Amino acid sequence: MADPMRIRAQVAGDKATVRVLMAHDMESGQRKDGAGKIIPAWFIQTVTVTHNGKTVLTAEWGPAVSKNPFMQLVVKGVKVGDKIGVTWKDNKGGTRSDEATAT
Amino acid sequence: MQSRRQALKKTAVVAGLLASTGLFPQLAFAFSKDAFDAKTIQDAIKALGGGTLSASKDVTLTGPDIAENGAVVPFAASTALPGVKRLLILVEKNPAPLVALFNVSDSVEPAFSTRAKMGQSSDVYAVAIMGDGKALYAKKEVKVTLGGCGG
Repeated sequence: MADPMRIRAQVAGDKATVRVLMAHDMESGQRKDGAGKIIPAWFIQTVTVTHNGKTVLTAEWGPAVSKNPFMQLVVKGVKVGDKIGVTWKDNKGGTRSDEATAT
Repeated sequence: MQSRRQALKKTAVVAGLLASTGLFPQLAFAFSKDAFDAKTIQDAIKALGGGTLSASKDVTLTGPDIAENGAVVPFAASTALPGVKRLLILVEKNPAPLVALFNVSDSVEPAFSTRAKMGQSSDVYAVAIMGDGKALYAKKEVKVTLGGCGG
């Protein structure tokens, strides 16, 4: 299982700035290993962000997103105590979901 | 007739079973493979249903002028315009330009930040695809001193 994501959701007024740091190699598929073979691409393909269970963002990524991806977004209508969930799926079928409470 | 009703019910059950096995991937959240495989920025935009690119001062791309480490270059893309469907970040000279796309909903502001790999110094684009298919962009030249694709 991948390492947990770090999710921070900070409320300011009626919005929250959500910062997510995910643990993933995000292999681009361009690198070669010691023997000269291409290391196959392995990267997060889809990301879903939910606010109290309702999907507020879906994103698609390619292998060019940096390793241990960082993402920041602003979600409207968030109050302190609301739940912000983030789920990612990678191109090999791996997936991870984590949740944080807005502060 | 009793037999037709039964047949219809069975088809519905079978269809449900098939869908749950994932044989109909287009029902699930589809990955825009063509857009991410596209080799030019305009091709990627076209694959996403966008029209011809046109520059707009209402789209903003923030990033460094010089990236010391091409493996981790921070970018922020945003727009003040209403009616945006998607915000994209593309690096022109990467092997495949489309880096990330964000599907904007009413519950989020059209403003996103992430970090991207850049293989070499290149123009970077933030593109907003509007509800009517217009593709508006802002671009910025980013110099890279150490390429980020392992080369």
